[in-house]
Formats: sequence, structure tokens, C-alpha cells
Amino acid sequence: MIDFKDITIQLGAFSLQHVTLHIPTGAYAVLMGRTGCGKTTLLEAACGLRPLTAGRIRLMGRDVTNLPPGQRGVGLVPQDGALFTTMSVADHLGFALRVRKRPRKLIRDRVAELADWLGITYLLKRRPQGLSGGERQRVAIGRAMAAHPDILCLDEPFSALDEETHADMLDLLRRVHRETGVTVMHITHNRREARALANPLIVLRDGQVVERDLDSIGATPDPATDEVIEDNGDVN
Amino acid sequence: MSVGGGQRTAAEQEERNAMHLLPVRRADVPFLLALALIASIYIILIIGILAAKVFYVELPLVGEVFTNPGYRYAVILSLLSCSVTTVLSVWIAVPTAYIMTRVSFFGKRLVDAILDIPIVLPPLVIGLGLLMLFQTPPGAWIQQHVRFTYAIPGLILAQFMVACAFATRTMMATFTEINPRQEQVAVTLGCSRSQAFWLVVLPEARRGMIPAATIAWARAMGEFGPVLVFAGTTRMRTEVMPTTIFLELQVGNLGMATAVAVVMLVTSLVVLVLMRIAGRGMRMM
Repeated sequence: MIDFKDITIQLGAFSLQHVTLHIPTGAYAVLMGRTGCGKTTLLEAACGLRPLTAGRIRLMGRDVTNLPPGQRGVGLVPQDGALFTTMSVADHLGFALRVRKRPRKLIRDRVAELADWLGITYLLKRRPQGLSGGERQRVAIGRAMAAHPDILCLDEPFSALDEETHADMLDLLRRVHRETGVTVMHITHNRREARALANPLIVLRDGQVVERDLDSIGATPDPATDEVIEDNGDVN
Repeated sequence: MSVGGGQRTAAEQEERNAMHLLPVRRADVPFLLALALIASIYIILIIGILAAKVFYVELPLVGEVFTNPGYRYAVILSLLSCSVTTVLSVWIAVPTAYIMTRVSFFGKRLVDAILDIPIVLPPLVIGLGLLMLFQTPPGAWIQQHVRFTYAIPGLILAQFMVACAFATRTMMATFTEINPRQEQVAVTLGCSRSQAFWLVVLPEARRGMIPAATIAWARAMGEFGPVLVFAGTTRMRTEVMPTTIFLELQVGNLGMATAVAVVMLVTSLVVLVLMRIAGRGMRMM
């Protein structure tokens, strides 16, 4: 469960005022909205990467407003994966557990399990350099899921993928969601991605969140909804 | 922002750019030749000064640089002081650059401008400033414990003042290139800020440390103005290779000055090549 209660975030000239949002446990929430509307800021607030000026954030019933990011039980997959270029794929998958000082054997087993689950066992010894876009995002998802987070935050994770890989990754995300029951908050500009995954679909518009019917967005750009959803790359 | 996870090295960027170069057409040749001609003036000058030194140098005198205790002292002191300066510079540059690129605070622009002062200030003025700083009560107090003026610590400090500014700029460029999202991911995975620094950011920044060290070493090696004013030119005490060249020129001994210059040149080239090899090794790590 993700619960934003009347939160205000001030970021230089940009601000989000009095946003209230509720995503039930186990939901796959897709967040859409215009470039620069503050979607990423909301996601970062959930992760504890943006301080709030006002309001409370509760995750899985626990008030995390003042908790550091690492104690919130959140996994983050940013737009470009943001893999650690000096580490192997296996190091990525084991990172969260190493930081938590879990026993070596447990880390080894978890790395093997994750790699098998995500189909990246053949990459374990590789560095991120030279991995394909899809492979990178699999590693990023594995890294985020390693410590069994309650919540998975994805910020336009597949914006740089080709069509075929994109379809594979949608299947993978559905599987991750189904098999772990993790609550997901997924930002995208891609209508097809939203249609394939969203339950619920949330649109951020003029600083306010509105839950929308999936049928309100077509698979192709549509003037009626273009007002709300733009199909372009977000750099926030 | 780079898409595709993490940042590219300069070499990778160059390779990428090379793929998008325009082909050279016949009609472009006069234009490109004109540019090449302008560029070649500078390149020929660089090669010219190197060649002139090598051409005029008298080999027995180069031998004397190593056999004569006075000259040998200058060579060894140069190498040692530059190495210490380089380590100190990188050591200070890394935290400074991290703060300057990863933390926003009041007065950051001012601090940024202050960091440029050693780069833009005439070297002699830096030396004079150091000399005066150590006349002040706090400076004098330090001098009671460690002597800086006209002593080796002063020599290192004079080299450090300029070298560190260049190392800091290089490290700032490195940290700027490192995707800040990596650090964000690291803290969501359970790292404290310092763990994220040690486990993720610093290993990423290693590839910038070699260029930073190289530029610090090169600046320290060539530093003369502040050294002259603050550390003096005492034979067998604070004499480094640039000082030797200056002293030899003063007494009209062009041959010896050239010999020392050639030794400086070769040492610098060797260090440069070693650093490049080390840099490549580090990138592969």
C-alpha cells in the first residue's frame, strides 16, 4: 500500500501542492502525465529521495515520512537502469544483501535464484558495458528486487527499448508482479505499456492525481486524451 | 543525459562520434586544408621546441645531471616532491569535487569561484601570498613546529596550491559525468550516503583519478614562480629542476640548462605514459 497524504514538495521553482494518492497493496499502478508534471518527483518522494515540505507518506501501513530510503522497503528501477559500471551483474544482484551484511551463502543463493528467475544467469560475470537495453533492465529489476521490497518503483524503465524487447519486458514485469505480489508504481509515457499493465491508471494533471479508466487512453495518440497524456520522452 | 546505463569514457565517446563523422568530399578539401594549415602551425611549434632541445643537448652534460650531486639532488627532489604533491592533490580534490558536484549549499557559486583562483592567479602572486600568509600569527605559529618558508614542506605547498586546483577541476568533471541516479539507487538498496560514496561513487570516480593525478603531477613538475618566491632557490635544499634551469641560465650555462630540460622532458613523458597505462588498467578493473 502506498499512501500519500496531502503532500507538498518544493523543488526550486517547481512545486507539487497537496497531493493525495492511495495505491492498494498488490496493485500495479501506472502513473502518466505530461513531461515536467512531477511524476518522477512523486516516485522519488515515495523512495525517500525528495524531502517533503508538508504531508505524510505511509508505505504498507507504516509511516515512512522520516525514514531513510534504505529502510522503506522500496526497490527503484530508474529510466536508464543506472547500473554500477564497476560491478559485475552478480554484484548488482547481491548488492542490497551485501549492504545488509547477510551471510555469504545466502547472498550467493539469492543471486543464483534471481538470475535464474530473470533469465540472466549467462550474464552473471559480465559488466554492464556491452549489455543490451533489455539485459540492463533485467539486471536493474533484479537489483531492486533482491532484498524482497514491498514496493517496486519504475521510472520509465523501457523508454529506450526496441518493440520486441519491450514486449518481452512487459511479460517479465507482469510475472514479477504476479509471483511476488509486490505493489508497483510505474511511470510511463507509453500508452501500450499503460494498457498492458495498469491497474489502476493514475494521471497527474495540474499537480493533482486523477484515477482514470483504462479505456480513456487509446493505443494510439488521441486528441481527447493528449491534453492529459503526452507521448514523448520525459527527462525528469 | 546518457541513455543506456551509466556514462561513457572519453574514448567510447570519441568512438561514437567517429561513427557520425561527415565523409570528406573533394569540394571540402580546400576548406579542410586551410584548417589543417592553421592547426599545423601550432603542432610544428610544439615539435620544434622538443626537437631543438634534443638537437642541442650535449649528452655528457645529461650524464652530469645524474653524477653531479647538486643536480642529482634537484632531480630526486623534483620527483619526490611532485609525487607527494600529486597524492595530496588527489586526496583533497576528491572530497572537494564530490561536495561541489553532489551537494547544493548556500554560497556554492562563491566557493566555485574561489576554487578557480589558483588557476587564474599569476603563479608569482601565489608564492608571494604564501610568503605573507606564513608571516601572520597563525602562520608563524605553524612555522614554529614545521618550517615552510625556504624549506621542502614549503616547496610541496607551493606546488600543491596550483596542482590541486587542476586536480579538483578534473575530479569535478568526473563526478559530473557519473549518473546521480546510481547513488539514488544505492541508498534505496540500503546504503547510507557514505556507503553509497565508498561502494558506488568512488569506484566509478577512479577513472578520473588518473587524469587528475597526471595533471597535478605535470603542474607540480613545472611549477616555478611560487617555488621561487616561497621555497627559494637554495642549492641542495629546495632546488628542483625548474630552479636548476633558471639558475644555470642566470650564469649563462645554456648547455647545462638544456641538459636538465631534456631530463625533465623525458621524466615527464615517462610518467605520462605510465599514468596512461595505469589508467587503462583501472578502467578494465
